[in-house]
Order: sequence, then structure tokens, then C-alpha cells
Amino acid sequence: MAQLSYREAVARGIAQEMARDERVVLIGEDVAGAGGVFKTTGGLLDRFGPRRVIDTPIAEQAILGAAMGAAMTGLRPVAEIMFSDFFAVCWDLVVNEMAKTRYMTDGQVTLPLVVKSGNGGGLRFGAQHSQSIENWAMAVPGLKVVTPSTPEDVVGLMAAAVRSDDPVLFFEHKGLYSSKADVPEGEIVDELGTAKVRRPGRDATVLALGLMVPRALAAAEALAARGIDVEVVDVRSLVPLDTATILASVGRTGRLFTVEENPRLLGWGAEIVSIVGEEAFWDLDGPIVRITTPHVPLPSADSLEDLVLPSAERIEQEIAKALGE
Amino acid sequence: MRVPLEEHRYGDHPVVLPPEDPTALDGADVSRETRLRLYRLLQELRQFEKRAYDLFMQGLVKGTSHLSLGMEAVAAGFGAAMREDDYTFATYRGHAHTLARGVPMEPVLAELLGRANGLMSGKGGSMHLTSVEHGVMGSYAIIGAHLTIANGAAWSAQYRGSGQVAVCFFGDGTTNIGAFHEALNYAAVFALPVVFVCENNLYMEYTAIRDITAVERPAADRASAYGLEPVAVDGNDADACYLAATDALEHARSGKGPVLVEALTYRHGGHSRADPGKYKPPGELEAWLAYDPLTVYRGRLERLGVATEDIEPIDREVAAAVDTATEAAKAGPLPDPGSAFTDVYADGGHSWRN
Repeated sequence: MAQLSYREAVARGIAQEMARDERVVLIGEDVAGAGGVFKTTGGLLDRFGPRRVIDTPIAEQAILGAAMGAAMTGLRPVAEIMFSDFFAVCWDLVVNEMAKTRYMTDGQVTLPLVVKSGNGGGLRFGAQHSQSIENWAMAVPGLKVVTPSTPEDVVGLMAAAVRSDDPVLFFEHKGLYSSKADVPEGEIVDELGTAKVRRPGRDATVLALGLMVPRALAAAEALAARGIDVEVVDVRSLVPLDTATILASVGRTGRLFTVEENPRLLGWGAEIVSIVGEEAFWDLDGPIVRITTPHVPLPSADSLEDLVLPSAERIEQEIAKALGE
Repeated sequence: MRVPLEEHRYGDHPVVLPPEDPTALDGADVSRETRLRLYRLLQELRQFEKRAYDLFMQGLVKGTSHLSLGMEAVAAGFGAAMREDDYTFATYRGHAHTLARGVPMEPVLAELLGRANGLMSGKGGSMHLTSVEHGVMGSYAIIGAHLTIANGAAWSAQYRGSGQVAVCFFGDGTTNIGAFHEALNYAAVFALPVVFVCENNLYMEYTAIRDITAVERPAADRASAYGLEPVAVDGNDADACYLAATDALEHARSGKGPVLVEALTYRHGGHSRADPGKYKPPGELEAWLAYDPLTVYRGRLERLGVATEDIEPIDREVAAAVDTATEAAKAGPLPDPGSAFTDVYADGGHSWRN
């Protein structure tokens, strides 16, 4: 067991899969020589060579097209889109090509590829380098959407994403890159479509994703000191979505809070709330509360970004208020 | 055979024609067997699409359609020159490119008719023809992206050392899309075994390409900007296309990197089913009909002494095959309703919940 940062975990996960399967290759802007603008691919070029770890031009369509064409003809590529905001310049490839090809070809074409990307805010990068776009992707049939919150999950879910025969969008949270945790030695392989109860609790279920997971956990500790015992569930995977774990948790606690970094309108929490409303309404003891970023682009200044992104304190306050404290 | 640009007369008259000497390639190094194959392919593509048009007019094919009547020589030339395991990437105007790789007519017609015996069991339609077993890696209905995807297949072939080449067809309109430019640079930088084939049929949908493009040859004139040699070819002469294809494929396969070929041709009809093509200048269609790929090729075979009794059976055999395929396609059942819910994900289903 050794401490590993979230950013190191990305490289470890990719290395684990490249070592076991020659078909796994990595492309992206600055991923090779520079080891990634976020240093998430450091050491891979040295270990696997320029045939398998490739620096590309700034050309997001060309990158995703290359990944897709390679995936449909025998490779298992991992492509990096540096900031998830940049998906907007190659969205055609993601939603019209990758997502629909298996269906339109009646199963003739399989696309085992991963698109990894730095997602989310908190680093004062402003509105074009801070978005949480996982809900864009979630709305399109044919994609899988994953967001790990811990180094161990990064390794295991990356392995699962690489081994998946579907196109997987792997959203790393930029605000978590420097976070560290113990990660077991040896091969780690997780499972897509599984949520994890990070902290059991009796009084309410709190669903969170990415950076919001540690913030929800911090809020839970503060709430515990106030006598409120909340269960924190790390959603981890939006597609497939582990509704069984979510519904079971709501069944135990009777209250639901979602903590989302998306702008509020049509964030992923809205879909989960809808499922709970349809399928677990009678388990609920009170209104569902969505804690989100408001419907604004992310501002750059420290004070403003902190104001709009859900903080541990805001999560704590909203939960305490809704539970009638 | 690469036709040097300076010798290739596009002209600047509103009625633009390829070189007018139809005998120019009579002596080219193409075997009689290959020529008869090319002629059969031209007939298959022509007769198939005429039948597809009839089926549209009868209301049996729904949605839209994009025919390539008049443009058959490009698909035939490349189809005849490609190795069996090479990859084809086509656009929504992809019937000919699909058939030219040996995909049988019946499943293609059945796909147009929305039947279970269709190439994609009715889930793709005219604009998405795909047959992986024939190397037809898809027909892409939003132009541009598929050039980048062809790069990926070429990269994979290069990585695996398979010697395969990806051939990517697109129209003149595609040359103004960003992905075209990203793809050319990317392919050249990594010396990918890919051949980009621009079928310049003079029209970007309803608009003349020359009206919305600042260079005369929308593909070839831009090649050098990406480090590629410009290649222009008479897209109505199947021998010219075959020779250009042979040369381009050899270049790409031998590791020398990508090739960009611009084939000048002409779309007899409109952009799609909904377009009668009324924007075409008077006399243009007639002038090009006189240079129709089938006329050009039949004339060559006759000049080279191929007997009528060797040519006409081909016409009749193809006509019979189209009739047979039409009847079989029409007789196909409607797709199983359950198939609407399959193959969204690799587990075969569409469930997004665990």
C-alpha cells in the first residue's frame, strides 16, 4: 500500500492496461513528451515508447477520429481531450459518430475506446476551462460516462474503461488531481456502473460525484458533530447508472440530497431525482433537495468561483436546514 | 496515373468539362480483364441507382436519398484497385462505394426499403451503409468527421503492420469543413496509409462549389499546404480513376504517407431526393451527359476491339441481377420490433441502468 495522487493514479491505470495489452495506445495534446498538461500521463512515453504514446496536433476532431477509426479496426485507444470544455469542438465525433455507430451498423462495429479529460472547476480557470460537462454526455445513447473521486477508483475505473467494448468518457476532476490516498499494489480492476457508499448513515442519502464527493464527506463529518448522520454515496458512473445502490440507500434513509457541480438546469441529479420520484416515492420522508452550481458560467475570481460551486459548508447548511435543524 | 495539374483542363467556362479527348487513355496499361470488370462495375452502380431512384418515386424508399448517377467511374476505379482487406469510408452518397467493394445488391436495396434483410437490418438506412466484412467501414452522414476516422483506421493498419490502406471518399463541399483540414495535417504528420478522394461534382448540395470556395480546385489546390502532392484526375474516366487509385494505394501502402486525389466529375441529379437541381446552368447537364462515364467506357472498349457479344451480356446480366435483388429486397420482412432496442451498447442492449 502506497500513497498515490489522483494524477499519478491516471498514469498508473493507463500503464497497467498498456502493459497487459499491446492494443492499448494513448494519444492527445502534450500527453507524451510533456507527460500531460496536468501530468496525468507522466512516464508513459519512457515506458511504452513513441509508437504507443503519441503527441498530437491541437486538433480535437482529428484526435477523436483517430481514436474511433483505430478502435473499429483492432486497437483499444485512450485519447485525451485536455480540458473537457474542448469536447465542444469535437462533439460531432462524440455524439454523432462514437455514440451511434454500433447501433446504426446493427452491431457490426465495436468501439473499445476511452476519451479521458480534465473536467470541473475550482482552479480559477474561468468559464471556458472549468465546466462540468458529464451531463451533456449522459444524455446521448451509446456512451458510457465515468467520474472517479479517489486515486484507487481512478486506477480501477480506468482499467474497466479500457476493457469496456463501448466508448467511455472518463472525466477526471481537475480539482482532485493533487489529492492523495493509499492505493493497493498490484492490478486493480473496478466495474463500470457501480456506485459506492463512502460513508454509511441513517438520516439522509447524499449523492455526489467527483470533487463533490470529498466536499459531501466533509459536510457529513460536520453534520455528525451536529447529531445528523448522513450516508454519502459516490455515484462514480452516470452511464451505466447504479440505481440499485441509490434506491437502496434512499430506502434506508428516507431522504435524498444530490450535490452537483453542473449548472442546475438538467444536471445529472435531475435524472436521479426523477427516478427516485417514480420508483421510491413512498420511501421518502420529505422533499428531495438538489444542491448545485447555479445556472451561471463559472467565474474566475476566487471569491466568485467559491460562491457558486457547492462548498462543504453550503452542503452542510442546506442539509441541516432541510432536515429541520 | 497522376494527371499533372498543368495538363488538367478544368477551364473557367460555366460549363466545366474534363479533358475532351476520350481516346487519351486507350493505350493505358490496363488489362482487358480489368477493363471488363470496370465496365461491369459501372453498369452495376448505374443500374442499381436507377432502380433505387424508381423505388423512391414509388414511395417504397422513405426518408431521403443521395444518388451518384454520373459519378460511377470514381467508385468503380477505386473499387477495382483496392485490396480485399482495404478500408472504405464513404459519405451519405455512398451506395456506389459500398457496392464497388463487392457488397451484394439485395441487402443494400433491402436496407433502403427498411427491411429485416437489409445490410443493417433497417437500422442504418441509405446514408449509413456499412459492411465490415467487405471493408466498408461506414457511410457518414455528417461530412468531414469521417476523414479523421479513416485516419484512425490507417493508424491501426500502420500499427498492426497489416499493409491495409484506408480510402476515404468525400465531396467538394467537405473541403470547407474544419475536419478536412485537421485530417490532412494529421495524416501527413504521421505518414498514415490513407487515400483521401474528393469527388468534385461541382456542387456543394445546392450551391456551385466555385461560388463558395476561393480556390479553383477545392481539394487539389490545398494539398501542398499540408505537405501532400496534388493529384487531379478525370473522374468520368474509369481507367483514369483506376490508374490514379493504383498509384495512390501503392504510395500509401509503401509507407510514403497519405495521398489526396481530386476527381472531377458531375452529379447528374440534384443533391438529394428533394432537389430537382434547377440551379444548374442551361446546357451543363447535356454537356456532361455526352461525357457520361458509361459512354466514355463503352466507347473505349469498342475502339479497343472488344466484341459487342462480350459487352452486351454484361448489361443484361446486371439488369437481371438488379431485378432479382429488387424482388428479394421487397419480399423481405419488416424488422423485428425488438431490434429497435438492440446494440446501443456492446452487451447488445440499450440499458443505461445497472
